[in-house]
Amino acid sequence: MDFMLTKQHEMARTLFKEFAEKEVKPLAQEVDETEVFPRGTVEKMAKAGFLGIPVPKEYGGQGCDPLTYAMCVEELSKVCGTTGVIVSAHTSLCCDPIMTYGTEEQKQKYLVPLAKGEKLGAFGLTEPGAGTDAQGQQTKAVLEGDEWVLNGSKIFITNGKEADVYVIFAVTGVVTDKKGRSKKMISAFIVEKGTPGFTFGTKEKKMGIRGSSTYELIFTDCRIPKENLLGQEGKGFGIAMHTLDGGRIGIASQALGLAEGALERTIEYVKERKQFGRAIGAFQNTQFQLADMATKVQAAQLLVYKAAVAKATQKVYSVEAAMAKLYAAEVAMEVTTKAVQLHGGYGYIREYDVERMMRDAKITEIYEGTSEVQRMVISGSLLK
Amino acid sequence: MKIVVCVKQVPDTKGGVKFNPDGTLDRGAMLTIMNPDDKAGLEAALRLKDQYGAEVTVVTMGLPKAEEVLREAMAMGADKGILVTDRVLGGADTWATSQTLAGAIRNLEYDLIITGRQAIDGDTAQVGPQISEHLGIPVISYAQKIQIEGDSVIVERQYDDRYHVLKAKMPCLITALAELNEPRYMTPGGIFDAYNAEITVWGRANLVDVEDSNLGLKGSPTQIAKASDKVRKGAGEKVVLDPTESVEYIIDKLKAKHVI
Repeated sequence: MDFMLTKQHEMARTLFKEFAEKEVKPLAQEVDETEVFPRGTVEKMAKAGFLGIPVPKEYGGQGCDPLTYAMCVEELSKVCGTTGVIVSAHTSLCCDPIMTYGTEEQKQKYLVPLAKGEKLGAFGLTEPGAGTDAQGQQTKAVLEGDEWVLNGSKIFITNGKEADVYVIFAVTGVVTDKKGRSKKMISAFIVEKGTPGFTFGTKEKKMGIRGSSTYELIFTDCRIPKENLLGQEGKGFGIAMHTLDGGRIGIASQALGLAEGALERTIEYVKERKQFGRAIGAFQNTQFQLADMATKVQAAQLLVYKAAVAKATQKVYSVEAAMAKLYAAEVAMEVTTKAVQLHGGYGYIREYDVERMMRDAKITEIYEGTSEVQRMVISGSLLK
Repeated sequence: MKIVVCVKQVPDTKGGVKFNPDGTLDRGAMLTIMNPDDKAGLEAALRLKDQYGAEVTVVTMGLPKAEEVLREAMAMGADKGILVTDRVLGGADTWATSQTLAGAIRNLEYDLIITGRQAIDGDTAQVGPQISEHLGIPVISYAQKIQIEGDSVIVERQYDDRYHVLKAKMPCLITALAELNEPRYMTPGGIFDAYNAEITVWGRANLVDVEDSNLGLKGSPTQIAKASDKVRKGAGEKVVLDPTESVEYIIDKLKAKHVI
């Protein structure tokens, strides 16, 4: 067993860190304050190849492993949680399902421009009545001739109005199982922005990741070509769950980055802030808090990296991804909260990064499967 | 077109500077980066490659660890990397370094050689022009813009309050300023490709038309009398007074130090 990163991964981290410090960090506060989507940063990331890291080169990507991708989201999130989730949702939730389930034509048409960063991706599963209970979908798709007709709405969609390509889930039928219970058949579709009948609802005003574009998507007799069905008809629920396994590694990386960022800021702060005639870092309470924070961050990193490696080497990695997301998200919340506490009154002021990081961290315990869902996935594997 | 770019791995000044007992830099003990002027030179070469099509070969002289800077260059888009490393080349000043690099470049075909203006560790700005001298080709230094026209290069050379536009037939050598451009980032995929690629490693035996007496510490006419890290200034004095009192206070201080 070897915990050393390869030289390639070390150099990739240097790249992501340099980019984050130079291009992302200077804008983080403004992005949060103004709630404006950082389009310029996305264009720079596209140019640098950050929007197709785990996509094979033949489809316009970088051909790197999931660990490299996780490190990218981690380093971006160290300085800006918004930027981290833009990359995560685009890559894990849109590129990945098209890469895994798409036909060759779909890959050429959609994955190539997505991986090159010419287009941005999003994923629509959640509905007002279908959050954790993804089976509660109301959006319907009916085949009429050569077209699927979509009706319904999706909420809380990351990259909502900014994306060009959307992976959307809808009910395409109802079947009765062996026990006589009716079960919805869900299918996945690729929908392009600008398709007649596809509009946007309200923009959500959020606690954190405020620069991320979170919108309601509305489908009213939205007609898409028959060939935009992604994967097999009726297999959409499996596609969604498998996609979320990968997505959880992205969000776990975002949470990890937020925790690391808050820890770094706090280490700098406690060396400079003086009370009772000495730096607050000289007090044992501060030292012990920092020791706990650093230990948990390290443990989270190991779980996240292990899940990323599992995605590359194992067919099924649901438990690894769930553990990584559960732990990293809870560590992010705990570490950012402690970071604010160690900053005292200044930590409550928006001028200080840790205030934003604490607000950004909360969502990592909620989206792409709440911490409770992760516990269900983990315990389910223990008791099966 | 074939372009050779000379790059140097230099200490990252953010990591502090460490010296050997003889006053030379302890390069093994310091964090390193690609010298900023060289990186701009590499970017210029890569832009020429994008625009006109070119093969870009990056050459560096240094410790085996200097291989990293070649991988970085290749991750940015360079095609080949050549590391010139040998114990007998250690401790070289600009004369011995330029002799070594010229000896290595004599093995290569080239239309254009681009070096950085100067390295942030030595700040001499001598190596580029010296290489051109050894190879008997023209040099245009301090380039802030580079264009190709047929078999010639047209370069804007920075000069105090103006710039000169110079045209030279290739092959020639250009030294680049960091202000020349904003170097591109490596790509993630480029990094993995760079580590899969072969780096050519050359030693003393591969250098063409170079005398032993011109190599390494022994071949270096420069003698280092003493080298030291920057001496830190003491902490400044902070005084909080109203503006009128502040002015009087500052004037008194300046008078006391005989500045005014």
